[in-house]
Amino acid sequence: MKKIKSSYTKSTVGMLILLVLVWFLNINLGSIHIPFKQFVAILLNSPVENESWRYIVLHFRIPKSISAILVGSGLGISGLLMQTLFRNPLAGPFVLGISSGASLGVATLLLGASAIGGVFSSIAVSNWSISIASSLGSFMVLSAVLIAVKRIRNTMSILIIGLMFGSISAAIINVLSYFSSAEELQQFIFWSFGSLGNLSWEELGVFASILFISFLFLILVIKPLNSLLLGENYARSLGINLKQTRYIVLIVTSLITGVITAFSGPIAFIGLAVPHLTKLIFTTSNHRILLPAVAILGAILMLICDSIAQVPTSEYTLPINAVTSLFGAPIVIWLLVRKHKTVL
Amino acid sequence: MEMKNILKASKLSIGYAHKKGNYSIANDISFELTKGKMVCLLGKNGIGKSTLLRTLSKMQPPLNGSVFVDETNLNSISETLLAQKMSVVLTERIPESQLTVFELVALGRQPYTNWLGKLNDQDYKKIQYALEQVGISDIQSKKNYELSDGQLQKVMIARALAQDTSLIILDEPTAHLDIHHKIEVFNILKALVKNTKKTVILSTHEVNLALKMADELWLMTENDFKSGTQEELIALKELDKLFPQDLILFNPKSKQFEINN
Repeated sequence: MKKIKSSYTKSTVGMLILLVLVWFLNINLGSIHIPFKQFVAILLNSPVENESWRYIVLHFRIPKSISAILVGSGLGISGLLMQTLFRNPLAGPFVLGISSGASLGVATLLLGASAIGGVFSSIAVSNWSISIASSLGSFMVLSAVLIAVKRIRNTMSILIIGLMFGSISAAIINVLSYFSSAEELQQFIFWSFGSLGNLSWEELGVFASILFISFLFLILVIKPLNSLLLGENYARSLGINLKQTRYIVLIVTSLITGVITAFSGPIAFIGLAVPHLTKLIFTTSNHRILLPAVAILGAILMLICDSIAQVPTSEYTLPINAVTSLFGAPIVIWLLVRKHKTVL
Repeated sequence: MEMKNILKASKLSIGYAHKKGNYSIANDISFELTKGKMVCLLGKNGIGKSTLLRTLSKMQPPLNGSVFVDETNLNSISETLLAQKMSVVLTERIPESQLTVFELVALGRQPYTNWLGKLNDQDYKKIQYALEQVGISDIQSKKNYELSDGQLQKVMIARALAQDTSLIILDEPTAHLDIHHKIEVFNILKALVKNTKKTVILSTHEVNLALKMADELWLMTENDFKSGTQEELIALKELDKLFPQDLILFNPKSKQFEINN
């Protein structure tokens, strides 16, 4: 057993080093080319040729890279939680309808003015109001799901109920879109592309603290999650409090995905793919290893996707939501085909 | 001196509770069971063997009556404490995962490990003991999806053994196994009872094997539940009632069921 353990440690250390490298690269790359020596000088807080470079790095690129790390690790973790709880490899952080709820909140804010009128037209659209609308939306769906959960015992039904709430939200968004102006629609669509770069240091602080508190709760469910690998009946026979575990997992996932969607928009794919990638690399199901590994790999993948989205040294920026799927999906397919015998 | 009952049921009714009235499967089940016994639960398909075992292991509530584990009512035993008194082997397949045989057996230590599930020396000893007793030490680093049905069943038994409970309840542990593995599972369980003084309860359709191996038999028929040793039940002619007599008959001389020609 000792041997196996040390190989996990090695992989984890390797991934951490990779994370630092990718992070460094991510900050270094961008639409404006900053010479490497100058870049190092900025990081070391030494004088640089062009002070605007310092501004770009400190107030744009570093916050963006931090939000990429937060988003990637958060989505990876909540994807893993959902896949274990529902024992379904297709489950992701958004199966509970949380991102649809968030979208509904934002759609109501951005599109509601012409469709509903009244109060909505008087609310100023800003980063904060979008975040709040999105949080309210996901919280609404979460409460609905939790109320439903109280009445049913079957975990699979929760999955279906989540999907149904997603459909309802999507339908309402369609109706809202139908009655909105082109300009409002454009604003909403841009939000749904996802974005990592809009956050100030204060917003990042709020973002990071909510995620950190959610992660702390997860330590409580590592053991129950491992017993859930045997199915719910065996888990119960091992003395696990199934109800409590379910609530913690659902609430933490909703918090994580809700806050991520609020600050960065609905970012697809990462939550579904990262747990699979991690299991392929680490070939284990133990959550004590998987949870940190998923967080690190999620952050790495998000940083890479963000670097690609920047299309370095060009003035274009691709929507991050498209990049995650466009570049991520082929990697997962390739890994699955190569290691076809592995179970996820 | 009276022996302490490890498991006791009094006037137990099992079945499913519905809003429009209860759907009962079997009524008036009473028995007492002492330590170190191998009990085989026999009865035809659909008679309620699984329901009885699920009720005894607190996976579903009884409609009426009570179950006592270690002289304590099942309702007043916490899940955590019960997990240290009773382990189960179920008919359901475990979900796909990357768990190795060792990790799977190690999960049986969960009722004793700390909040992170960290194994200590004592846990490692119990796991190794379980692996050896069941004879699967050589495959402990294999992934669970690489195992045959027979191997997997032994792994699930080892996991229950690692849980170190005085009671082990197994629902049809010999289903899907070839005759060789069926006998092997019976032998493993019999040896467990002998070496560890645990009480093992299993439901099975291997009536003849059960007649040869069990210390006690539980018979479930349409309207009745009978418990006793083989001799007692033969004397009462209870075994004749287990199956409709058109196809299979109990032969009291050979103490085996035989095809009715």
